[in-house]
Amino acid sequence: MLYNEPSPLETRVVSKRFGLPNSASLDTFLATGGFEAFHKAREMKPEQIIEEVKVSALRGRGGAGFPTGLKWSFVPRNSPKPKYIIVNADESEPGTCKDRLLMEYDPHQLIEGILIAALAVDSHAGYIYIRGEYRYLIELMDRAIAEAYAKGYLGQNIAGTGWDFDLYTHSGAGAYECGEETALLDSIEGKRGIPRMKPPFPAVAGAWGCPTLLNNVETFSAVPAIIRDGGKAFADLGTPKNGGTRLVCISGHVNKPGVYELPLGYPMMKAINEVAGGIPHGRKLKAVVPGGSSCPLLRAEECDIAMDYDTLAKAGSMLGSGGMVVMDETTDMVRVALRIMRFYAHESCGWCIPCREGTAWLRKILSRMVEGNGRREDVALLGELSKNMLGRTFCALGDAAAMPTMSIVEKFAEDFEKYLVPEAVLV
Amino acid sequence: MIFSAPLEEKFARMLAQYPPGRQRSAVVPMLIYAQDEVGSITKELIEEVARRCGVTPLQVDEVVGYYSMLHRKPMGKYHVQVCTNISCQLVGGEELYEHAKRKLGIGHREVTRDGRFSLEEVECIGACSWAPAVEINYDFHHQVTAEKLDQLLDNLPDSDHQGAANK
Repeated sequence: MLYNEPSPLETRVVSKRFGLPNSASLDTFLATGGFEAFHKAREMKPEQIIEEVKVSALRGRGGAGFPTGLKWSFVPRNSPKPKYIIVNADESEPGTCKDRLLMEYDPHQLIEGILIAALAVDSHAGYIYIRGEYRYLIELMDRAIAEAYAKGYLGQNIAGTGWDFDLYTHSGAGAYECGEETALLDSIEGKRGIPRMKPPFPAVAGAWGCPTLLNNVETFSAVPAIIRDGGKAFADLGTPKNGGTRLVCISGHVNKPGVYELPLGYPMMKAINEVAGGIPHGRKLKAVVPGGSSCPLLRAEECDIAMDYDTLAKAGSMLGSGGMVVMDETTDMVRVALRIMRFYAHESCGWCIPCREGTAWLRKILSRMVEGNGRREDVALLGELSKNMLGRTFCALGDAAAMPTMSIVEKFAEDFEKYLVPEAVLV
Repeated sequence: MIFSAPLEEKFARMLAQYPPGRQRSAVVPMLIYAQDEVGSITKELIEEVARRCGVTPLQVDEVVGYYSMLHRKPMGKYHVQVCTNISCQLVGGEELYEHAKRKLGIGHREVTRDGRFSLEEVECIGACSWAPAVEINYDFHHQVTAEKLDQLLDNLPDSDHQGAANK
């Protein structure tokens, strides 16, 4: 059973098997075009595979939006070291709940995407790093992997093509930071998830010091369609440089919250009003988090916008991870800011001082406000502290905490008024 | 330390799945699976995992403090995790957490006197579009209301702790 009704407005590429009977089984997968792309890729040269992914204009679906084909081309194919594929299934960006569905409903599509990537970068082993809270998905992926091994779609001489590949799952244990790719690498090596200095990038020195291709679940899941139908067909679904579709997780104040697959460049207001059924109780829109809690928020009047990476970047925000949180006019933005900051303060790994101290102080100031002791100068202090965190940390967590805070201070200043105590008169 | 046969089998597979000499990679998965069986991360467990993965107990210990799902003291038979992050907050997650606190009479990471329940206010668990969400041990519950939570908690089976945790 699906968690929400699909919408007729969706363009279903990566989610095309969602809702089919036994969609997670290898038989269903094979009966619906599964492994056609892998066989096709086996006939292609690695450079051709990478070129096709470049043509598709697929960009990383984890949040950063880096062009996938380009990332693949950075892996030194001819390195004498083993090359590893790592799948980031540590989905934990607030607002995001899509990788869950890709693993639950179509695990073999993910496996096929991984195998095609393996051909492209000459890899023979891969790991799916799944957040610990998703235990049922670890078990589900383990079953899918076992089924693929049993039927010759993993292991030695895959589907008779002479290619060998081993795939394993790896459980996390609760840490948002491990979704950051270099922290994930430390975590998979059995350490605390602390981000690494870049360069070297994981493509060159990743897991266990070896070249590593690391992408999000949804990114790998899009690859079979790209190879099967051609990069151009995928690219044409979206807007220039923003190929294909993506799973948009709509949550918050809408009548039909859910995960929907929409082409890149889809109008945000149409997603809210038509796909997600509009805002309940006839209320007005106040704000939208476009792609997970790390993104600067948009005010209602900014939401008449196409949802692709470049358009949102131009508007000063990000498409991020696809977690779109809709807030109606009753939403108290100071409480939202506090909740966001409690999250980042909890999840900061503590490695970089601007993030460790910055998130903790921002949380304290916001708490003080919500408790009724806000001072007028606190609003400016929030903005200034956030600004000083930007760009001063190893990984993006510091920025991810600062950016939404700055946007709330800037765009929703009126919400802070009621939390400020009148200035004391000094006698 | 000796674990159950299925867990021993799982550990054997874990130790074999990483590149040669990289058994330290099994530390975190081993800890979380062992915790489900042992009940918490004990000193003895840390030493055992260290021995099996070929690292020092300190190298295991420093990991324990980092990952929020690893607990040094036992949680309840049913670990009730209520998400209050933004998507849940907007549709009543904080009120639901307050309700859970009142109902169980415990706070964040506390355990009821009979050991049956523990409670935790958790960060985003990836159920945003079906909020508010609660995870009990490893089972997700979506669109949870106060009434639904009462019903859930009142109807949990009495026996088989491990069955629930290792579903």
